Amino acid sequence: MVASAHIKDPNREQRDFTSRVIALFLLALLAIFVLIARMIHLQVADYEKYRTRADQNRIQVQPIGPPRGLIFDRNGVLLADNQPVFSLGLIAEQITDLNELLAELHKLVEFDDRDVDAFKKRFERRRRSFEAVPLKVVLSEEEIAALAVNRFRLPGVVVEAQLVRHYPLGSLLGHAIGSVRRISEDDLKVLDPVSYSATQFIGKLGVERVYERSLHGQVGYQQVETDARGRVRKVLNVQPPVAGQNLTLQLDVRLQQAATDALGERRGAVVAIDPRTGGILAMVSNPGYDPNLFVTGISAARYKELSEDRQMPLFNRAINGQYAPGSTFKPMVALCGLSLGATNWDRTISDHGFFKLPGQARIYRDWSWTKGNSGGQGIVDLQRAIYRSSNVYFFDLASKLDINDFVSCASKFGYGRNTAVDVADALPGRLPDPVWKRGAKGEPWYPGDNVNMGVGQGDVLATPLQLATVAALIAERGHWNRPRLLLSSDQALTEWDPPPPLPDITNLVSASDWERLIDAMEMVVHRGNLGYQQSGTAFPYIGKDLPYRMAGKSGTAQVVGIKQGETYDEKELTEFQRKHAWFIAFAPADAPEIAVSVLVENGGGGSAFASPVARKVIDAYLLPTLATPLVTR
Amino acid sequence: MSGRDFVRSLPGGGGSLTARRLNNMHLDPLLLAALLAVIAFGLVVLFSALGKDIATFDGQVARMLLALAIMVVAAQFEPGVYLRWTPLLYAVGMVLLIAVEFVGVIAKGSQRWLEVPGLPRFQPSEIMRIAVPLMVAWYFNERPLPPKFSHLCVALAIIGAPAVLIAIQPDLGTGILVASAGLAVIVLAGLQWRWIGLAIVAGVAALPGLWYVLRDYQRSRVLTLFDPERDPLGAGWNIIQSTTAIGSGGVFGKGLFEGTQSHLDFLPEGQTDFIIAVVAEELGLVGVITLLLLYLVIIARGLWIATQARQTFGRLTAGGLTLTFFVYAFVNIAMVSGLLPVVGVPLPLVSYGGTSAITLLAGFGIVMSIYTHRGW
Repeated sequence: MVASAHIKDPNREQRDFTSRVIALFLLALLAIFVLIARMIHLQVADYEKYRTRADQNRIQVQPIGPPRGLIFDRNGVLLADNQPVFSLGLIAEQITDLNELLAELHKLVEFDDRDVDAFKKRFERRRRSFEAVPLKVVLSEEEIAALAVNRFRLPGVVVEAQLVRHYPLGSLLGHAIGSVRRISEDDLKVLDPVSYSATQFIGKLGVERVYERSLHGQVGYQQVETDARGRVRKVLNVQPPVAGQNLTLQLDVRLQQAATDALGERRGAVVAIDPRTGGILAMVSNPGYDPNLFVTGISAARYKELSEDRQMPLFNRAINGQYAPGSTFKPMVALCGLSLGATNWDRTISDHGFFKLPGQARIYRDWSWTKGNSGGQGIVDLQRAIYRSSNVYFFDLASKLDINDFVSCASKFGYGRNTAVDVADALPGRLPDPVWKRGAKGEPWYPGDNVNMGVGQGDVLATPLQLATVAALIAERGHWNRPRLLLSSDQALTEWDPPPPLPDITNLVSASDWERLIDAMEMVVHRGNLGYQQSGTAFPYIGKDLPYRMAGKSGTAQVVGIKQGETYDEKELTEFQRKHAWFIAFAPADAPEIAVSVLVENGGGGSAFASPVARKVIDAYLLPTLATPLVTR
Repeated sequence: MSGRDFVRSLPGGGGSLTARRLNNMHLDPLLLAALLAVIAFGLVVLFSALGKDIATFDGQVARMLLALAIMVVAAQFEPGVYLRWTPLLYAVGMVLLIAVEFVGVIAKGSQRWLEVPGLPRFQPSEIMRIAVPLMVAWYFNERPLPPKFSHLCVALAIIGAPAVLIAIQPDLGTGILVASAGLAVIVLAGLQWRWIGLAIVAGVAALPGLWYVLRDYQRSRVLTLFDPERDPLGAGWNIIQSTTAIGSGGVFGKGLFEGTQSHLDFLPEGQTDFIIAVVAEELGLVGVITLLLLYLVIIARGLWIATQARQTFGRLTAGGLTLTFFVYAFVNIAMVSGLLPVVGVPLPLVSYGGTSAITLLAGFGIVMSIYTHRGW
């Protein structure tokens, strides 16, 4: 047996081989059964699990940004809409060498280093894979063409159309309605990541900011089938976004235009309010700027030019310009003086052009005071003190008031706070009191501070919006309507919680006191041709041919302090040191439909420079000289 | 007895005109039919996996036709020719494998390819897939079986040398497959079962030691087998996506061209090594079992042919090549379905690519030669 094992035995080999083959075939059969068992396990037992997993792989939910609500003026003129712009975006996953690509793109498209820096920041924090990160948002026709031609050699470069905020009237309403800006990293920290998941812009200023939640709308979703690299292959299901609310503002574009034209080249602000509603009809800060520049990113050079311009076009004087109100403060002082019993319509003083506190050498000058000739308005009662704008009368009156009573009365007129319903960016001005002075200046309150405040000088500050509000409040004889920009919306603004109404001050003084004050303010404009020092301060400039009754008050705010014993000499001062000219007015005086405040920076005297602007604005609103009558007043 | 007489005496289709013509061409009708069925099945699935890319698909059809032509040519030579040329083929293969170590082209991290001017880039290890079983069969042809221990050692050396060379390229998968082809021949040669049992025990005992030989990427593949979720986007990605593709196909599949895993590129290598996942996803369990049954027919026929051969060389070669084919199919499907670690093995006659099909069909050409030249 042992020996035979070493000799070839074909028969035995054949037998052995056959048995081996059978054994191995059975083994193969077993292996196939193992594979089939595995397949049954995966495809039958765990089918649901893998089916779900496959669907999760391919189906993704993508947000769709809602179109932003439109903004109209009260006559339905479009103030803000959304327009498609073509933007240049880069897809990280498809780019091999970013810097090389940027260099290549630079030959086709205009952008600078700052754009690249901002882009790289966005590039770092992109949210989804295969998301195009914008490099340049507004492409010119030429750039789109150049990119289209070179597309084949620029992988990862996409030209996408997107809806972007557009302000058709440009700089006319830049300050009035604000604008949107690209969402910044800081914004992302506070924004709801879900509802803003597909939104690139957010209201940053003005109405756009205040009503952001209503204008934004509700994000929509689409279910898409994507491949392993995240590219969308098919849209399976769409939950459309809900567009933002359309808003109609109180603004009247034609009045806005008239006010802008009235200011002309001068720096300043005009705010016009419908006193019956508080609706802001016009809000102009001149010079303005085109908000469209900021929506899609402004070039560094252009921004520098705007921000360093001495005319300060980016500064919204109407709500953020805080100036001494000057004599426009006086109607309030008169009412408070009456209310507090410090004066009445019969009391007179003798105005010699200056005022001294008892026992003090310092003199407080009237505007009519000149060196060598003391001037003065003669015998002055409250009415004359208003239409002649006698400083001395109000120095005297204010010196008699308890400062805390005075301040608490003044604040009822909205001084020192922002009373607007929806002008969130508006500054509060300043209504100084002893507590404030101690804190801010470390000094006690002096009687001289009362005196200065009596004519709206010293530390008191107000914005054009505040003074227009005061004009409207007086026009309404003390009935408060908070100033507001919103007229109506398509649906109730659920996201919006307006501040409560302010208490009326109709009972501050008697009804006849209100009428006598308004009569005095009418005299500012209409009293004329009665001889030396008898005309209202604004009469020579606007009062001669007014076809309607206007009540007004001029004001002049000093920019630089005039030392004791010196005279204000316009010629010695540079343009930017000259006085600011104020004028507040409302008309028709007996049934007011419009209240206006006008500020002309460094304009000089309020009557001469600001009142003509106010008249042009009110003329535009009241007179039927407009090509078409205003639809809604 | 002439081949023709034998075929005529076969039950079934042996008497038909077609079968006779095929036999004259030294082709086995049943094996040929099964191979063509697998190839046709594979091309349909591949057409889907390629995303209906006609140009690439045409290339694959051309390659398959070339491979079939090579099979037909290979079937024409008498087995004696193979017996004579086997040592030379093996020697050339070894030389090329050694050459690869020094002048091979590195691709995908391993040095597997050889570039000879005028020839397409190829892997010498492909030659060894045929050369090793042939060489072992050649070695045992004149020696008494079951093999003596000394002969066994020589046979193991014949297998081990190329297997190790391939494994260190590194291409452990192909190395193991080449070794398994040779080992299959040894088993067929009549190695005692107790030795086989002993080898299995020793192999299992050596498994922990093998761990230290593995490279990092190979280790991670092994770990991934047990827990694909440990690195779902890296090493685990392939296996997670392939099992997802298979499982989501269900019993009847999502339909041809409807596979989401494959057409949305979640499934990696869906046209090559992982194509069984496309079969499973689009044609379901039914499609997989159909393919497995076709494979089973090929194996059964190949092994039956082996039992019909008169000479040791013919028997061992036919059996060895057939079993090699099966091992490839098994390893591939087990790997894609998560039963074995990922190794680079294409699914026989289905995966995209030409070299594998050429080697396999050349092997079946030899099998047919053994069958139709019945003197052997």
